[in-house]
Amino acid sequence: MERNNHLPRQVALMRQSLFDQGYLDEQFVQLEELQDDANPNFVEEVVTLYYRDSARLVASIEQALDKSPLDFNKLDSYMHQFKGSSSSIGGRKVKAECSQFREYCRTGNGEGCIRTFQQVKREYATLRKKLEAYFQLARQAGPREAASRST
Amino acid sequence: MASPSTRIDDGRDVDSDNSGLMREKLSVLIVDDELLVRKVHEKLLSKLKLAKQVQTQTATNGKEALDLHLSGSSFDIILMDLQMPIMDGTEATKELRAMRVESMIVGVTSVDAGADKEAFMEAGLDKCLPKLLTADKIKSLVETLEKNK
Repeated sequence: MERNNHLPRQVALMRQSLFDQGYLDEQFVQLEELQDDANPNFVEEVVTLYYRDSARLVASIEQALDKSPLDFNKLDSYMHQFKGSSSSIGGRKVKAECSQFREYCRTGNGEGCIRTFQQVKREYATLRKKLEAYFQLARQAGPREAASRST
Repeated sequence: MASPSTRIDDGRDVDSDNSGLMREKLSVLIVDDELLVRKVHEKLLSKLKLAKQVQTQTATNGKEALDLHLSGSSFDIILMDLQMPIMDGTEATKELRAMRVESMIVGVTSVDAGADKEAFMEAGLDKCLPKLLTADKIKSLVETLEKNK
């Protein structure tokens, strides 16, 4: 019982830390505002869609980076899509790495692309772990807390 | 991969409205190959507090949007993505205008300014907005639509 009373606060703190540490931006809040009793897991559903659909893009980028010579236009196009999707869920750090990758595409810097893509994947995986942990805790806390927001 | 998606999502049956009054409808077509974008925009539209009842349909590419019109559907607002497989937003918009479709066609894209975006506008868009739309932006579109009637 006592443990359950701490859950809402833990959820709020975990959520806030995702913003404070730069993993999420305002777009995530926009998604939260769409969540309601009719769709109490809306944000989690959208994030799940993001990871499902973006996995294909990640694979496409990896394949494109294996080719020689690199097709920077194709790489930029893939990364543009990936950046757009990441932006849709408020993935701030992922989006920033995507921008860096696109910059390397623009300057034709293959090494920069390869190096930055590792960063993209790292941030992508980290965000996934953090969001999974957050959603799991929010579900334990109950629908009211999952839908509420801290300051 | 994606099958045609022409669901109507209004969640309400106007004909069984207890008040006996038929609320005027606002019909919106969301054209985007990304399910995430369609889902978010549908939800956004469903939560808008407007005087009119909002009915949404979705299409996953420009060709599906055209097919809807060829089968007799019409919409007040079409939210059109630019980059889509099979038929992109520019081509779809050109075709719709050639069919004399008078809907407000709003480009919704994360594409940066450039030749592609210019071509998109010149195809016959009323407006072009960045993804993702917000409630305020959609309300502003509806206000513009009302003013132009």
